[in-house]
Amino acid sequence: MSGFKSLSWAMYLGFRRDGRAMFFSLLFPLMFLVLFGTLFGHATTAKVKVIEIGSVPVLDQAVRQGGADLAKVLTITRYADRSAALAKVGKGDQDGAVEQLGDTVTVHYSAADRVKAGTVQSIVGSIVESANVATSGRPPTFTLAAPVQVEDSSLKAIQFITPGMLGWALSSAAMFGAAQTLVSWRTKGILRRLRLSPVPIRNVFAARVTVSLGVALVQTAVFLFVAQLPMFGLKLSGSWWMSIPVVLAGVMAFLSIGMVIGAWAKTQDSAQTVIQMVIFPMVFLGGSFFPLDNAPQWLQTVSYLVPLRYLNEGMLNVMGRGLGPASALPQIGVLLAITLVASLVGIRLFRWDDS
Amino acid sequence: MSQTIVVDGLTKSYGDLRAVDGVSFAVEEGEFFGILGPNGAGKTTILEIIEGLREADGGEVSVLGLPPWPRNPALLPRIGVQLQSSSFFERLTTREQLRTFGSLYGVPATKADAMMEVVGLADKADVQVERLSGGQAQRLSIACALVHEPELVFLDEPSAALDPQARRNLWDVLRGINTEGRTIVLTTHYMDEAEILCDRVAIMDGGKILQMGPPATLVRDLDAPVRISIASGTLTEAQARELPGAAEVSDDGISLVIQTRDPSTVVSAMARMEALDGVQIHGATLEDLFLTLTGRAYRA
Ligand SMILES: Nc1ncnc2c1ncn2[C@@H]1O[C@H](COP(=O)(O)OP(=O)(O)O)[C@@H](O)[C@H]1O
Ligand SMILES: [Mg+2]
Repeated sequence: MSGFKSLSWAMYLGFRRDGRAMFFSLLFPLMFLVLFGTLFGHATTAKVKVIEIGSVPVLDQAVRQGGADLAKVLTITRYADRSAALAKVGKGDQDGAVEQLGDTVTVHYSAADRVKAGTVQSIVGSIVESANVATSGRPPTFTLAAPVQVEDSSLKAIQFITPGMLGWALSSAAMFGAAQTLVSWRTKGILRRLRLSPVPIRNVFAARVTVSLGVALVQTAVFLFVAQLPMFGLKLSGSWWMSIPVVLAGVMAFLSIGMVIGAWAKTQDSAQTVIQMVIFPMVFLGGSFFPLDNAPQWLQTVSYLVPLRYLNEGMLNVMGRGLGPASALPQIGVLLAITLVASLVGIRLFRWDDS
Repeated sequence: MSQTIVVDGLTKSYGDLRAVDGVSFAVEEGEFFGILGPNGAGKTTILEIIEGLREADGGEVSVLGLPPWPRNPALLPRIGVQLQSSSFFERLTTREQLRTFGSLYGVPATKADAMMEVVGLADKADVQVERLSGGQAQRLSIACALVHEPELVFLDEPSAALDPQARRNLWDVLRGINTEGRTIVLTTHYMDEAEILCDRVAIMDGGKILQMGPPATLVRDLDAPVRISIASGTLTEAQARELPGAAEVSDDGISLVIQTRDPSTVVSAMARMEALDGVQIHGATLEDLFLTLTGRAYRA
């Protein structure tokens, strides 16, 4: 591989000395990780506010028995007026209203906040369930600590913040890296100069891809290290290593997309503008800032068109959700397919110089 | 002597513009060949076709016996190219730059480092290229073209952006590598540079070669008058016109200029009149040749 090693080294040095690239690919997303991790990292399912309409004996009993534990997740306000209570829920001031008519417990909730609505349902559900157990006279299998179990540790925010921020960092570093290199090497004549050397062009590309993959692995290591600090509390599950192939496939996909943009763009500025315009919607629609599971249906549908979704989801499955190694295979497949298609387009658009 | 470059009937158009319009020439092995012409004459285009960066519309090109187009990896290690605009890897130092270019050709680092001495950049070894001056960058660019010791070197306006001192240093470097037996093809829009360095020059304008040959021969064949200038007031214009052999006389208030085809007679007559204050004698230059060939003054 003539020229491969020295070109990789030259590119690595160029990257390491580029303060802007270092900042935007590593520090900037890391700052968000730290910010979100500090704000929400330990937040479990947020506390919900519930109205007790009239008297709900099941709930009262649960409060007597559950005490402090239940108070951690539930704030109860009593209302005598049913319609006033429902209006409160409708406006979103309260997350739910519970009423009991005979043996039937009804939960009213608003669809405005699906997460809270879900929490209200599951907490009341488990209260009713434990009440049933108690009434049946058999020793209760589940105590009223049950509501606390509604928060599964794998759903802690940091578990999804980490892959989300990492996906953002990886995709923007790869796209900027590929596009900037291509445009600046073309406009500054380095490509023509390389064309005059006996080194095959594929070695030039191989060097660029290798350096980017190396940078991506460093990004990943730094993110996982920081997120696992006690203050953030990321817990990696057994098959987290599977996120490495996901990362590599994702970075190749974004490098190829960056190459298409770089081959198309005439100037550094236009390449940068296009990438900014791509990245912003992508990180939102691709699930970097909030879990897609709770997102409205249309957004979930759109997200399938966003390449970042597959990188985020693949990492989330194996490092955040604790699913088995095979759970990331479909995402890797999609990312490799994106790589193939984008590279073919990029090669077609490729120009040695601007004239 | 074998011919290193043979160009025959070369044409290249950009849209309606005929940038190269039927150019033919040959460069001998070991020769220092210059292509001289004003901006837009087509020098860079010719060079880039010979280097294999552009495809010609018509005509034949052979470099070291091989066709340069399409990209010919057998040819590339044997030629060294300094492009008109310097192209460096971003944020690399002088030393790293040379080592990287060297390694593309399998040149060891020590030899690449030695190149810094040749072009006088040893004290800039650890400076990133972005912080080099125009002249230093130009010299580095030339060093990068020479690092793999090519047989044939192309230099596109190497002395552009250099101050007079740096130009002179560069000329020494170029003479040195030519003396080692390397063939050099250089483009320039400086007449003096072509006269001083080149064994032969091709004078170009509008995509065509107007005349070709050794600079001294071209100028001599021009048979242009010699210009003798002295300080104004030393002689009156009338006195000067009386001098034997004086063809034309003009005085701009600073210098009195006498044009003649018989300078020795004029000068000895002036000596007898003790009128040689601040005398300067200018022979014809390539500039005069260009004026004669195109009917307009040379402007680079
Ligand atoms: N890529 C190009 N596209 C269109 N016109 C060009 C291009 N390159 C050069 N030209 C034109 O061709 C002519 C010759 O250019 P060039 O070979 O660069 O001349 P020189 O090097 O002698 O200054 C000029 O008129 C220039 O404007
Ligand atoms: Mg030119």
